[in-house]
Parts: sequence; C-alpha cells; structure tokens
Amino acid sequence: MEPKLTVSLSPHIHSRNSIDRCMWNVIIALIPALAVAVWTFRTDAVLTIGVCVAACLATEWLIERFLFHRPCTLANGSALITGLLLAFNLPSILPWWMAVIGSVVAIGIGKMSFGGLGCNIWNPALVGRVFLLISFPAAMTTWPTGVSSGLTHFSGASGADATTGATLLATLNSGNGQIGLDNVDFLGMAVGQMNGSLGEVGGIAILIGLVYLLCTRVITWHIPISIIASAALFSWAFGGNPLLDIFAGGLLLGAVFMATDYVTSPMTHTGQLIYGFMIGFITIVIRRYGSYPEGMSFAILLMNSFTPLINRYCHPRLFGRRKKK
Amino acid sequence: MGVISTTVLILGGIGVIAAVVLYFVAKKFHVYENPKIAEIEELLPGANCGGCGMSGCHAFAKACAETDSLDGFNCTGAGKDIMEKISVIVGLEAKAGVRRVAVMKCHGGCEERQVVNNYDGVDSCAMEGTLYQGETDCNYGCLGRGDCVASCIFDALHIDPEIGIAVVDIDKCTGCGKCVKTCPRHLLELVPVEPDKPIVWVACMNHDKGALAMKECTLSCIGCGKCKRVCNHDAVTVDDFVAHIDPEKCVGCGECEGACPRSSIHHIGNLRPELKGNPETSDNKPAGSNEA
Amino acid sequence: MKLKSFGKGGIHPNPSKLTSGMPIIEVGVSSEIRLELAESIGVPSRCIVRPGQTVSAGEMIAEAAAFVSAPVHSPVAGTVKRIEKVRDPQGFWREAVIIATEHIETAVDEVEAELSPRTQEEVDALTPKEIIDIVGDMGIVGLGGATFPTRVKLSIPEGKKAEIVILNGAECEPYLTCDETIMCGYPDRIVAGCRLIMKAVDAPKAVIGIEANKPQAIATFRRYLKGCDDIEVVKLRTRYPQGGEKQLIKAVTGREVPEGGLPVDAGAVVDNVATALAIYEAVYNRKPLTQRVVTVTGPLLRKPGNFMVKIGTTISTLIEAAGGLPEDTGKVIAGGPMMGKAMSRLDAPTTKAISGVLVLPKSMSGRHPEEPCIRCAKCVSGCPMGLEPYQMMNLSIMKRFEEIKDLHVLSCLECGCCSYVCPSHRPLLDYIRYAKQEIRKLPK
Repeated sequence: MEPKLTVSLSPHIHSRNSIDRCMWNVIIALIPALAVAVWTFRTDAVLTIGVCVAACLATEWLIERFLFHRPCTLANGSALITGLLLAFNLPSILPWWMAVIGSVVAIGIGKMSFGGLGCNIWNPALVGRVFLLISFPAAMTTWPTGVSSGLTHFSGASGADATTGATLLATLNSGNGQIGLDNVDFLGMAVGQMNGSLGEVGGIAILIGLVYLLCTRVITWHIPISIIASAALFSWAFGGNPLLDIFAGGLLLGAVFMATDYVTSPMTHTGQLIYGFMIGFITIVIRRYGSYPEGMSFAILLMNSFTPLINRYCHPRLFGRRKKK
Repeated sequence: MGVISTTVLILGGIGVIAAVVLYFVAKKFHVYENPKIAEIEELLPGANCGGCGMSGCHAFAKACAETDSLDGFNCTGAGKDIMEKISVIVGLEAKAGVRRVAVMKCHGGCEERQVVNNYDGVDSCAMEGTLYQGETDCNYGCLGRGDCVASCIFDALHIDPEIGIAVVDIDKCTGCGKCVKTCPRHLLELVPVEPDKPIVWVACMNHDKGALAMKECTLSCIGCGKCKRVCNHDAVTVDDFVAHIDPEKCVGCGECEGACPRSSIHHIGNLRPELKGNPETSDNKPAGSNEA
Repeated sequence: MKLKSFGKGGIHPNPSKLTSGMPIIEVGVSSEIRLELAESIGVPSRCIVRPGQTVSAGEMIAEAAAFVSAPVHSPVAGTVKRIEKVRDPQGFWREAVIIATEHIETAVDEVEAELSPRTQEEVDALTPKEIIDIVGDMGIVGLGGATFPTRVKLSIPEGKKAEIVILNGAECEPYLTCDETIMCGYPDRIVAGCRLIMKAVDAPKAVIGIEANKPQAIATFRRYLKGCDDIEVVKLRTRYPQGGEKQLIKAVTGREVPEGGLPVDAGAVVDNVATALAIYEAVYNRKPLTQRVVTVTGPLLRKPGNFMVKIGTTISTLIEAAGGLPEDTGKVIAGGPMMGKAMSRLDAPTTKAISGVLVLPKSMSGRHPEEPCIRCAKCVSGCPMGLEPYQMMNLSIMKRFEEIKDLHVLSCLECGCCSYVCPSHRPLLDYIRYAKQEIRKLPK
C-alpha cells in the first residue's frame, strides 16, 4: 500500500531560522554589556537585573495563562530580553519594588495590552523605563556614589552630586559649561568606568554585541549606524563633541538593542535609515535643549510611533520599475 | 481675584465658545435622514448578513423607506413578521418572502470517503483549493476546513467532528446565502422552506462517471437516474452524472429517496412549528397536495 | 573577480545536490504511456488520434490548438487505448491519451532508423522562420518548469529586438541536477541549440549563465567554447533564485525587465539549457520532444540519479528506477523544494514540466506551527522582486484583494524566499498565491 503523502504548498524547505533563534542571539549579544554592568555595579546590578527579569517573565506567564489562555511562550526569550533591557535602563540602586512596577508596565501595558509579541507599537522595555522616569523622577536619576562619573579631575558640581553620583550627561547638562573635554576620561568611559544606568556604561561591550548581531544577521547595519552617524552629525552641528555624545548616556545601548527591536522598527532599509536618522536628531535635541539630560528613550518611543507612517510611505523599489518624475 | 478664578474664567469661556461653535457646525452640516429609516433599522437584526441582497441592514432600511413597492424586499435574518412590521411603517403592501435555508450537498464523511493524503497548510478550504483537489479521491466533496463555518454569522454551520464535513443547523440558518458564496466547491444551496413539506435534496455533487464516483465515495450520486424515473413531478434532473432536485417543483413526497441505490438523497421533515416559514407562502403553492 | 548576480533579495539554501556528477540513466519504456494534453501553458492541445489507432514513435498525437499551445508526440510505438481523464499529481482531472506500448525493446531503435538527421549544410540553409516552425511542430516547451511554448518565445513581437540570448544553466533549485548533467554531457549539442536560437531571434550574442557551484559545467563549456567570441560563459553567484528569468537577465545584462513586461523588453531571450538541447534534437535529428532528463533524488532514496525519461511514464515508475519509495517517505515533490509542487498521488504521468522528483522523509515534510509576525522584515529584504510579503499576507487574510493588487502582487514570481526566511514560519507564499488567484477572478 502506498503511504499517505503529505501535501503542502511550496516552498518545502525552511531556513531553520526561528523567533527563538533570533531572540536568543540577542540575549547572547547582551552578555558583554551584562558582564560590564555586573563588574561596575557589583551586587546592585545582579539584584536589579534579577528582579526585572523575574518580574517580566512572571507577568508574561500570568497574562498568557489567565487572560489570553494561550500556550506559554516564555521559551522564545522575548520577555527575558525585555527584562534585561529594562534593567539596563535603570540605575543600579533603584528600589526593587520600582523595578517590579516597571516590569509589569513594560510587559503588561507595553506588550500584552496590544496582543503580545509582534503587536506592540512601542518598545516594551522603554515603555517601562519612561513610565518609571515620569513616576519616580528622583529615584530614576539617583546614581550610586563611588563610581567614577566619567570625569578625571572633577569634584562635584552641586550638593546633590556630592552625596549621590551623577552621570556625565547630567553634569554636562546642569550648566557646568566650564568642564573641559580634557576632563573626560574617554578610555574609562568606553570600558564602563562611568556612572549611569546599568547597561549604558560599557560602550565597547555594546559594540561587541553589535558585531555579534551583525555577524549572525539578526539585524542589519541600517538602524544602529544611522543613529550613531546622525547623533554624531547633530552633536557636531550643535557645537558638542560627537565622541562624547555617542559614548555617554544610553545612545549606544538604544541604537544597538532598543531601536533595532524588530516589532517597532520600520520594514524597509530606506525606512530604517530615516528612522535612525530621526532618532539621532531627536536625541541630540533633547540632550541640548530639553530638561532631561538624556533623550534616547524618548527619541526611540517617538520614532516607534512614526513607524507605521514610515512603513506606509517607504516601499522597497519594485523590480523592473523605472524611476518616475 | 486669584489664579483660580482667572483659570476658571478662561477655561469656562473656552468651553462655552466651543459649545456654541459645535452647535452651529452640527446645525450647518446636519444631514436629513428619513426617520423611517431609523425606525426600520431598529427592527432589523443588525447582523449585516447581506441576505436581502443589500450591503447591510442600514442599506436595506434605506431602500425600504425610499421604495414605491416592497416587492422583492425580504429580510432573511429576522423573524417572519418583520416584513409586516416594515410594511406598517412605510405604508406599503408587503409580500412576505419565502424563508430559505441552506442545505449541504455532500455527506461523504471519513467512513465513506477515505482520506488518501494529508494536507499540511493553512486551515482554509479556499487555500487548500489553490493547491490540489483535497485529501480524498473525490474532487467535488466537502474539504472540511470550515470556510463556510467562518463565514456564517448566525452560528448555523459546524464541522461535524465525527464525519469531518460541514453540516447546517436548519433551525439557526436564516438563508442569508453567505456560505453559498464562500464555499469554493459550491456545495451549499438555498432551498425554500414551506410548511408541512419536507426539504428533499441530493446530498452529493460528484460529477465523475458512475464507476469512478462509486470508488471515490460509498455515498456518491452515480447519476443512475432512478430518482428521475420515480418522480411524478418532473422535479429531478440528472446533469453531468449527478442528480439535482428542483426545490420549486418538488413536493416533498420522498419517492426519490426510497429509490436511490446510493442513499444520496436526504430529507428534512417535521420542522419545528415556529420555523416553518410564513403561513402566507402556502397561498402561492398548494404544498403537499399532490403527494403521490 | 566579483561574480554576477541579481540586485536584491534572494537566499542561500543548502544546495543538497546529491546527484551531482552522476551519469544519465535511461529508464525503460513502460507498457503504458499516459500523455496529458495540457502539456504546455496556454490552451490544451487538440487530440488528433482515436482509440484503437496505432501510432509510431515520434508521431504527433495532439496538435497545437492556439498560438500559445504546443503539440504532443508519442514517445513510443503502440496503440491508443483510451482517451480519458487522468489525475495529475495534484489530483485534478486532465484529459490524456493512453498508449499501450508495443515492442518495448525495439521502440527506441525504430526511431533511429526511420529518421535521417539533417546535415550541417541543411541546417545552415534553414531560415529563422523555418527553425521556429520546426521548434513549434516538435512540441518544444520551456523545460525549466514553466512549459511556455518555445515557438512563442522565439517569435519576437514586431518592433522589438532581441540583443542577447541567455541560456539558463543556473539551476538554483536545491537538489536538482538535471541541467548540470546535460551541460556536462552534451555541451556541443547545447551550443548548437544555442546557435539555432540566436539565428531564430536574430541575436548577435549569447551567454550561458551557470551558478558557481557547478564548476565542472563551467569548465566544460569554457573548454568547448575556446575561441568563440559570440557565446560567453558567465559564472553566477550561487544564490536562489538566480535562475529566475528576470533575475538571470538582471545578473547577466544589468537590465531589468519592466513590470509586467517580457524578457524581450529588456532585449533578452532566455531559454533553459534543456530547451536548447531539445531544439538541437528537433532540428538536427528531427526528434520531437518526447523525453527529458529528470533528477530523482532525496536523502533516503537508495539509488538517486539523473534519468532519461519518456514523457508519460508514471512517477511511481521513476521512483522504482531510483530504488523504490523508502519506508519513511513523507512527501514527494514534483520539481525542486523551493518551487516544486507536492504530489498527492504517484500514479500520475511525468510531464514536460517535471525537472525533478524529490522524495523527502517524514521529518522534513511537516511544517512548523505558525507564530505571530514579529515584523523582522526578513521577507521584505529577501524578496527578489522588491515586494512586501508580510503586508500582502495580512491583507490576504482579511480578503482585501484590491489593496494587495496595488502592492503589485502580480509581480510575485512565487520563488518562496519569503516563506523560507520567515522566523515565525508564516505561510506567506500560500496567502500570496491565494491572493493572486482571487485577483485574477476580480472584475477588471
């Protein structure tokens, strides 16, 4: 007897790529930054990251189990990434319950309220971060002491800075225009000897992650490179130091891991370049003229909102279609 | 005169101005609509099934309110008195429409039609149809992926889990005809429901020659024509190896069903009283009077 | 040297060319041959034989019924048993002529004896019109899989000019090696066929495009064509769908066929190398197209290989020749794994379209469960035609076909790159195909 054959439409083979593989590659790419964070902030980092990841996983599981009645998708790693990225965006000494609130907002409101993976408009981790930033502005801008602020010869600009730490950007933004660039310890900054959120301290580590993501073809170069290039351009145009603007604050972290989030970034390469360019521009504008010292998360969220519009107007060039006009 | 009162004044003022502007804009751009339309629409089921032939309930209500004669107007989705009520509103004579229901013209389940291959793809009849003729040898039968079930807004169609093909719940069917348009194999047909007359139909669409059809399904119509010979009302035609019963001519005697060697002919009798359609329709045709 | 390739998109599937370098094996003539009448795209040909009639090998049994149609010839001598509907591999009914073979052993020899080949002088004396007529009469269709009648392709429309003939030897489909086999085996005949095409369409230049993963074929042609400056061998990057007609033209000439246009709009005529071989056989040896090379392959087959098959032999005979259907068979595909059609039955006949039979084990047959789209844009960057598959699939689910049409879905060549790369295992091409089918039904 002939066996029962399976019939399906072509193609009959698959690249074996999967959501799980993409996500776990991102997690691998996050490991160097994670290592730097732990090395810089010690137990604080471990605690914050642990709390965020656990809270994100738990929120996702609870919602899928009891609200959506869907099979559990924790194994694909997307909630884990959200947890990691959220933690990377928080100060290491943030109270643990705030981290939990941020995680619940990130997964619950940022992702699940839109229908889960693939349906969200904004990057969930950034939704959580911005929620915390607006709700607890003080706690979110309190940095630990005892960590180099990124300046070699600099002794506190204000009273607040003397007792808690200060990030480099906050110091620059607080009007201390007299800080010369020769005060900035670029080397220390690049390897993590500066103050700031957990994930943004290790510029080199993030760049290693970028190289890994590019090599495994998880992302293309368009978004990170356009963000970095446009930030450098506008930093220079507004009279800043491009190198400083790139390495200080969360620009690298955002450009490599947050803005490149599949779900919330444009589909075409042209669209991605526009998106990246605008993120760089908005970030520098907020840094120079806004009341917040850091503008990366706002810039990404803003451009996330514009992604559907970009998708609508940026189509790939159709094969065989000659340029009109 | 502090900050508070200034604020109250300014905001209140803005509110008042906005209200006035809104009022005038609403007045200016007001579209007059016949109040009858809203009244009729209230009566309609609001399912937008399209069974009346219009794009939705509002379109039907509008057409009813604007027409000179209610001939040919019939809401299939609502109860039997709907057209009467509408005729009262618009003041026109309404002829109650014939209630129709869909019947399924395939009854070859897993037992009768052997599955010879496995389809692995999107769960949709239309999509399966883009690829090949189906999991069984019968090129005409129900694919069982439930496109009709998804199209039915009255929950009247289901895939029977035991036999793997779609079955119509006559009690729930309103005869809107959505499934008829959806089925890629054209297996559903609308037939009129008349009181005291069972619906008799050929539950097979297999156009293959008898010998082939016999191999493909144990319940297939082989086009032998026995039903045609026993019918006293000239209601049965055999075309391209499959019989069809004209529901207009059929009187529901059931002779053909007894004659069918393949059990391909089905009937539905003893309809529940409230679903027997409009009593008025019996005036059109003396149902059951010629029973042999 | 930078290898030539098409512009954007494309994928790099594992080539899995199991039968590469294997010789061509003749499959014995079976006792019954089933010839489908719809052997080419367009109008099915008209049957001109009656049941009971005897036919000789190479005799025409069905004539072209329209401009876009091709005649069918009997590959064997025998008696017409029946003219009836048979099922094709997808289970649809197709009109077919069933011929009972006589003298199985002598069938092939008879053909040889009956026809005297044309000499080179006779061939040189043929006008382009005569060549095109021979190609038409011999039932030659595109053997790459589309089965477009070659006569139509060679009849260049008024006002257009073919500048270059491109022979398609890319064979970008994984597993298939039938073109590679004939390229290594008959470079002389393919080149002669190529010259006939050049003469027929009045093109001064020809290019044979071969993917870089077939070095033997490239070397064979380079050696054979040493000193010829009108025919050039171009090494192409190994990249799917390099052998797509429009992609090949882009890779070789740098020109793009306009949307909805024909290759000749870009000044090119593209034919498969197997078609060129068939043209050679038709013109020189007066042989109609009644057989072709089919790769029968699969990871579990005992004797995979490249088989010379008479059109009309059943698929199951082919699989028997390759060692029989393995126990663990899940899927049998007519063609390659990217664009081939899965078969629901094996008693269907071989057609001119079938370039390969791929037998996949159960473990490679099933699809992964569909997951939500994560908008990774891999389908967009993978599409060689610059389309947006994710959008078309979403609209297709919602049955908004007018909008899909505005996204140029009809440009889709159904190469399958989108479904191949999708990390969520979404059946993008299934929905696109469905949309294309529905759009063709829409009122114009």
